[in-house]
Formats: sequence, structure tokens, C-alpha cells
Amino acid sequence: MRFLRRFLIRLSNFVTRRSTDQRLREEIAEHLAFQTEENLRTGMSPAEARRQARLKLGAAEAIREDHHAEQSLPFVENLFQDLRFAVRMLLRSPGFSLIVIATMALGVGATTAIYSVIDATLLHPLPYPHPSELVRIEANLPGVGSHDVGISIPELRDLQNSGIFQYVSLCFHGSENVTGSAQPTHIAGATVSPSYLAVLGVDAALGRTFDPHDATPGSNGEVIISDGLWKRAFGADPHILGKSLRLDNDLFQIVGVMPASFRDQGQTSEERGTELWAADGFYGDPSSPPMRGTRSPYETIARLQPSLSPEAAQRHLDALVASWKKQYPAYYPPQAAWTIHLTPLAETLVGNVRQSLILLSGAVGLVLLISCVNVANLLLARASARGHEIAVRQALGAARMRLIRQHLTESLLLFVLGGITGFAVLFCARKFLLQFVPESLPRLNDISISWGVLAFAIVVSVAAGTIFGLAPAWLTSRLDLTTKLRQEGRGSNGSRRRSRLRHVLVIGELALSLVLMVAAGLLLRSFWDLFKVQLGFNPTRVMAIETTLPNPNDPNTDIYHTATQESVFLREALRRIRTLPGVEETAVSDRAALPLGHGQSDLRQRPMIREGQDAQSSQPPLINTSIVSPEYFHVLGMTLIRGRLFVDQDLEDTPSIAVINQAAAHTYWPNQDPVGKRFIVRSRAAKPGWTTIVGVIADARTESLADAGIPQVYFDIYQRPDKFLAFYLRGQVDPSAILAQVRTQIQSVDAELPVFRAETLDDVLSSSLSVRRFSMEMVALFAGTALLLAGLGIYGTISFLVHEQSREIAIRLALGAQRRNILRMVLRQGLTLAGAGVGVGLVGALIVSHLMASLLYGVSPYDLSTFAGVTAVLTAVAIAASYVPALRAMRLDPITTLHSE
Amino acid sequence: MKEKPDVLQGTLALMVLKTLDVMGTQHGWGIARRIEQISGDLLAVNQGTLYPLLLKLEHEGSISSQWGASENNRRARFYRLTEAGRKQLRAETRDWEQTAAIITRFFNVKAEDLP
Repeated sequence: MRFLRRFLIRLSNFVTRRSTDQRLREEIAEHLAFQTEENLRTGMSPAEARRQARLKLGAAEAIREDHHAEQSLPFVENLFQDLRFAVRMLLRSPGFSLIVIATMALGVGATTAIYSVIDATLLHPLPYPHPSELVRIEANLPGVGSHDVGISIPELRDLQNSGIFQYVSLCFHGSENVTGSAQPTHIAGATVSPSYLAVLGVDAALGRTFDPHDATPGSNGEVIISDGLWKRAFGADPHILGKSLRLDNDLFQIVGVMPASFRDQGQTSEERGTELWAADGFYGDPSSPPMRGTRSPYETIARLQPSLSPEAAQRHLDALVASWKKQYPAYYPPQAAWTIHLTPLAETLVGNVRQSLILLSGAVGLVLLISCVNVANLLLARASARGHEIAVRQALGAARMRLIRQHLTESLLLFVLGGITGFAVLFCARKFLLQFVPESLPRLNDISISWGVLAFAIVVSVAAGTIFGLAPAWLTSRLDLTTKLRQEGRGSNGSRRRSRLRHVLVIGELALSLVLMVAAGLLLRSFWDLFKVQLGFNPTRVMAIETTLPNPNDPNTDIYHTATQESVFLREALRRIRTLPGVEETAVSDRAALPLGHGQSDLRQRPMIREGQDAQSSQPPLINTSIVSPEYFHVLGMTLIRGRLFVDQDLEDTPSIAVINQAAAHTYWPNQDPVGKRFIVRSRAAKPGWTTIVGVIADARTESLADAGIPQVYFDIYQRPDKFLAFYLRGQVDPSAILAQVRTQIQSVDAELPVFRAETLDDVLSSSLSVRRFSMEMVALFAGTALLLAGLGIYGTISFLVHEQSREIAIRLALGAQRRNILRMVLRQGLTLAGAGVGVGLVGALIVSHLMASLLYGVSPYDLSTFAGVTAVLTAVAIAASYVPALRAMRLDPITTLHSE
Repeated sequence: MKEKPDVLQGTLALMVLKTLDVMGTQHGWGIARRIEQISGDLLAVNQGTLYPLLLKLEHEGSISSQWGASENNRRARFYRLTEAGRKQLRAETRDWEQTAAIITRFFNVKAEDLP
């Protein structure tokens, strides 16, 4: 209380600049008068009485200073004084200040930008309450090498009743046709357990969410829509609740609208953009009652009990799994080694991008470090220039701490101004910069330049300013006064120590930029290799356009139920599309066959039972399946190696056939001819009985650019129909008009069908590389910046060296040294620094490239040509940067230099 | 900047408060003189150090000051204990006595007194 009162009075005195100095003077005069009178009474002479009174009082000036310190806030006062002085120094050398502020703005701005991306993805990936409770449940069969095989309904119920979870939910992200309006639309829709939104913990903005305890077997007829769909399709109708929506000829009732901020969880941008959720029990008519062994290929997410950590939950779950195995041995054969694994949902969403982001933050951290080092170097250089001023101040009695404080204030001011500038530029350019962030980067939160990001920028600049401002401040204040004042500029002890520090800083800078450049070089090589990889198919001039056939709940109302029914539509649609201008060839497939496409979640691996090798019960291997029309292989330019492809004579009532790729042949029929072999892959539309392999095609990178050897089996779409279709057009078509043209043609066959998402395969290819491209471009940008900064650093240091040695050089020249030798001498100094930097940098680069090995493709982390190339570039830059000051040294005029000293 | 140890400063403040408590209103020299008289030569403090201390106590609200006329009719600044200061003095006196008592007892203990 008393302390606070005292502080407030002092603060108000400080602000109002009130001074009680006059009062103190009067009091002291009074005091002296009293004391003098007293002394006179004891019989001193008047002069002696006055002298003794003064002695007794003590040093009046010291008292006044103490009194003033008590009066006001001396610390703040000094700070203001330092700041005023710092601003004056800053304005006096605007060029220097500008360079420092720009360098720091670059470093802090780049760091802050990457931080804002990481904040929205890695640090806060889930915009739901208590995100740490959310987990993904994966059932694996490590015994047969299968992962994420899904769980059955009885297992789901057991999990729900286990007490480990608050809610467990199945979900399936797909798409829905909204019909009944003028233009059929196609939206990303999810079929989910009624507890899905309870798992995520988000309530509806309008209406309600599903009852999480609803146990209706099939669809309960309720849907919830997103805010976006509500506004777009229903004009934000406030009376939307209870209205019906027709999805694939079935009527659903809208029970709720989600908040505008809600985004669904999911691995792809389409899943995250889901606009409609339909509640479903995932079993029931027309399927048989749920069986423990019938695993549905859906994603399972759950919310843990708040008291359980994921590790503890996993332990409980392991115990539960063990008890199931004892209770139902028939369903869990020991050789399959069935397990259930919990993964924090946040991790599964960020997934493989985590490494790229960590790499980016590392790279940007290095850029920040390099800019700090550069600025520290500049500060040191200026400190030498200001040596005389500092020596004079010290001679006049400035305390060392006071000098350090003043220097620190100056550098902090520069760093913070730089940081704020960087943040301001970032804030103004955020719209522009966000374009470069690939859509496929997993983020449910919008990347925003928020207060948190501003705080980050300020903390970073203050920390950097303190660390990198302290060393120059410390060294500057450590001057040998007499030598400095006596012989200015001849290299005193202090300045030698300083130049040693400068050398270390430059070497560090060079080393750090080498590390960054090696990382960028390796990423560039990987990207290039991936870009130039032998695809095994030809994406040029091929366009894909999607449609989805209705999938009503009652199969009797499905007009596309059998292959024969569907083939009528397919053949007519293909025929009409082929008549469009510029179209040369057409094909159709299910969405899983779309190369590098969005189909990944539709495409689930299915168990394959090989004749004579696998039995139904023994957990057969899983394989990727695609369903294609006979022309598919030709349109995509895939090569047949053995046997034959599909022909028009292969129909629903002819024997079921399949084509496999080489990888499948090698994996599942090693050392035999697969043509003629038989197997079974079950699906909704599959006929019972064996499927015969008729042909083998060459491997193509249709699943992953990085992996050519993924086993694939292709079925004929006229034998095995599918609802999710992609039409392919090869030819010279107008990409902007083609969607409307194809839509007209398809809808003239069936007016209820939505036609959407026209993409060239080249675009699909390039967007599949987007995250890689993003990190490659960013790291390359950072490496370029680092190289520039390092070049500036070495230029500054060599210039400074030349300046310091100008007297020596002048004497050498006067004594007849060859100008060429002077040039060589200076260049040698530059090269020595570069050599040391490269040496240290190579070690660092080896460590870093080893760490980033998993991000590379087709290039060794120790790729000699990359290392050699980068070293050459850095050395060349170092020589170029030293050459200018070296030339200046060579052209030095000995007479003027020696006279000016 | 602080040449005097804290203990001494704290003690000096206590002395000032006690002096004002005993003598009522008093000017700076009067306080200094009184402290000097009581402590004799044992306390070698420059009288000037008193003034920053008086300002501090005033900021803390323990004392107040105003101009007035001295006994020989000169203008002087007079200090007076406030109610808060009186309370503070009581508390600090108690603390001081307690500390002193403990230290005294500590010094008086002989080896044979210990169990």
C-alpha cells in the first residue's frame, strides 16, 4: 500500500515534471543557518561555524541528486533519455538505420509469417473444445500387413459402452447430389453416426444436432447443413428447420444449421469443406443384421473421457481387445494379430505435412539468425566508428553499465522498429501472401495475422535485440581509454577483439547460409526428380469431369442398380461427349481411378481372396481397386504387358474379368503368369464367383508420384458399376467452356445428374505436388535471402578490414608494393573467411540433410553435386563481395591516406 | 548509488518517526539534532541524508509537511506524523522489540542452559 502510494506520487511527479528542488534548497539553507547559529553559540568564529555546518550537512549536490531520485523515477527518466538519444543517433545516420531496420524486418517478418502458418496448423489444428480428447481409432491387422481396416457395428457398440470414451462415431466423407432444384448440385457431404457432432463438441447455430444416443439402424432421415449451404442454397431462410431436402431422390429433414465458423475434420480440403451431415446407424436394411466380423471401411473418431490421457486410454483398450479375443476367438484369428490403435486426431490431420512445416520453421529460424548476425555485425562496425565518442563519454565519467544500457537501448530500438516494420508489411500483404499457401495444407483454422502473432513478432525482436545487441554493447564499453584517445583508428586492443568477433559472426553467417542453400538444393532436386518422373501414364491434354449417380436408400428405386442399367447411360453419355468440339477420345471410370485425385477416401483397399491361396477367414491381403471403361487405358496412355485389356464384348452376363498392374503381379503371383489366375474381391456391385485376370499393365504412378509400385486391380465398369464417376476427355478442348458443354450432354441423358469439377490432369498433377512445391519455394526463397545477407556481411567485414588497414596498405604501397599483391592480400582475407564458413557450414549441412532425408525423393541426402554446387556458389559470392573493397584497397592513394592519419 | 546499508536506512526512518512522535511538529534540522543528541557520536551520518528520507516518508504518507515560522521567526519546513505514520511506528516498534528480544535472548544463552 505504502509502496504503491509512493510509486504513484513519483509517477505523477515524473509525468508532470514537478520538481521540489526549490523547496530542498530553502530547507538546506535553513538547516545551515540553524547549525551555524548553534556553532556560534559554542564559540566558533563565524567562518569556522559556517564551515563546520557545511561539513556536518555533507555534499549538497549528492543530497540533491538523492532527493531528486526519490522525487521521481530515475530509471524511467534515464530510459527516456536513452531513447531520445537513440532516436537522435538513428536519425543522424539514416542509411545505417534503414539497412538495420530492413534486415530485421525481413528476418522477423519471414519468421512471423511462418509462425502464423504453424500456429494455425501444428499448434492449434483442431478448432473444437478440448481438442486433446479427440482421437482417431484405427483397427489394424499387423499379422497380414493390413492397416485401418475399419470396425464392425458390434465392436463399435462395445467401444461406446467401454467407459473409455464419451462418444464414438463412424463417419464417411463422400458427396451427395442435391436434386429437386433447378440445377442439380453436388456437394461434399458426410454420412456420420448420430454422435458425430457430439464427438467434435460443436452445437448447431440454428436448430439442433443429432441425438447422440439415437440407435436407428439405417438413416434416420435427419440432416444438418453448413452455414455456407444454408446461405447459398436457401438464402439464409430463418424458417429452414423442418424443411426437406432431396438427396439422390430420398427426402431428408433439415434439423440444424452449423455455425459459420465450423469446419469439419478431415485429411483433404474437400473433407474439411463438408457442407452436409446425414445421420446414419451404418447397418440395417437392406443389409443383414450387424455381424462382428463384418467390418465397415469407415473412419472412426472418438472423444475420450476427460480424465483419460491417450496413453491410459490405449492401455484400457488393449485390455479390452484381449478380452474380446478370448470371448470371440472365431472373429480374431491369432495370425492376424488384430489390434486397435488410438492416434490423437490432431496428429492424423497434420500427418505428413508436419515435417515440411518443421523444415520451414527451421529454415526461417536460420534466416532470422542470419539477419540478427548481420545486424550485430553492422552494430559492431558502427561501434568502432563511434569509438572516439564513447572514449570521451567514459573520460567524462560515464559509468560502464550506463554506457551498455545506452547501447542496448539503441540496438533494441532498431530491432523493435525492424520487427514492427516486418509485422506491418506482413499485415498489409497478408491477402497476397496467403495465395501462396497451398489449399492442401491441412488446416481447419484460417491462417490469421492475430494479436498472438503480433506478440510473437515483438517477443522475437526484443529477444533478438537483447541477445545480439548485448555483445556489441559489451565490447564497445570495454575500451582502453588512453590508447583510444591518443591514437584514434590505429587498431587498439579493443578493436582487435572486436574484429575477431566480427570474423566469427561472418563465418557463422556464411555457414548458416550454406546449410540453408544445401537444404534448398536438395529439395529442388527432389522436386525436379518428382516433376520429371516417368509417370507411366500421359496426363497431357486429358481432362477429367465428375458426376455422381443417385444412390437412393431403397435399391428398388435405383434406376442405375445393375451394370446393364448403368451401361446404357454410360455409353450414351460417352457417345455424346465424343461429339463435342475438340474431343478425340473419351473414357469413364470410378473416382478411385482418377490419377492422383481426390478419390483417396472413396477408394478403400479391399480384401482379395486368391484361388488356392487365401481362405475367407484367414484375413486375405488388401488391394487397391479401380473400376474403368475399356478406353481408360488408352486415353491415359498406359501400356499393356501381357494378355489383353477389356473389350466391348465384356458385359454383365459374360465371365467377370480384371486387369492388374505389374506390382500386383509381382506381389501376389510371384514367379508365375498371373493371366488366367482367379480371385474374389467383394463389393456391392460385384457378381458372386471368381474373377479371372486377363491382362497385366505396366506400373503407373497413378496413386502416388513418389511410389510406382503400388499393386492395383482394375475391373470393367460394364461388369461392376459404380456411382462415383469421372469422365475423361482427350483432345484440344476449351477448359473454360468444357464443363458447361459436358453438363448439357450428360443432363440431356439424365437431367437429375450434377456435373462438376472439370480439371486437366496436368493441374491435378501439379496440385498433388503443391505442399512440396510450397516448402521448396519457401526454403529456396529463404536460402536466397540468406545468401544475399551473407554476401552483404562479408562485403561489410572486408570493407571494414580495408578501412582499418588503410594505413598499412598505404605504407606498403609507398614502399613499392605491387598493387596486384594488395588486391591478392585483401581477397585472401575474404577467401579465408569464406573457407572457414564453408567448412563449418558443410558439417551443419550434413546434419541437416540427414534429418530431412524423409522429405527427399530420388536424391541422396549427401548428394555430392548439390554440396559441390552450393559450395561453389557461396565461394563465388564471397569472392565477388570481397572484390569491391579489394579494388578500393588497390587504388588507395598512399599520399592522401598517410596525410589524413 | 546507495552508500548506506539498508538496515541503517530502515533504522533511520524509525528514528525519524519516533522523534516526530515524541516532539510533535518539527523541522529538518530539529529532527537531525534530536537524533544526534540521543545517539551521541555513535551514529556518524551526514545530516543531509535526512532530506531524501523525509521526502520518501512523505511519499509513503507516514508524515506530512508544510511551511511555517520557526522559534526565531524564520521560514522553515515543518514535518508532522500522520495517523498512518503513527500506526506504522507502532507496528515497527513492535517488530523491532521482538527482533531485539530474540537477539538478546540468543546472546544470553549459555552452554549449560541447553538441554
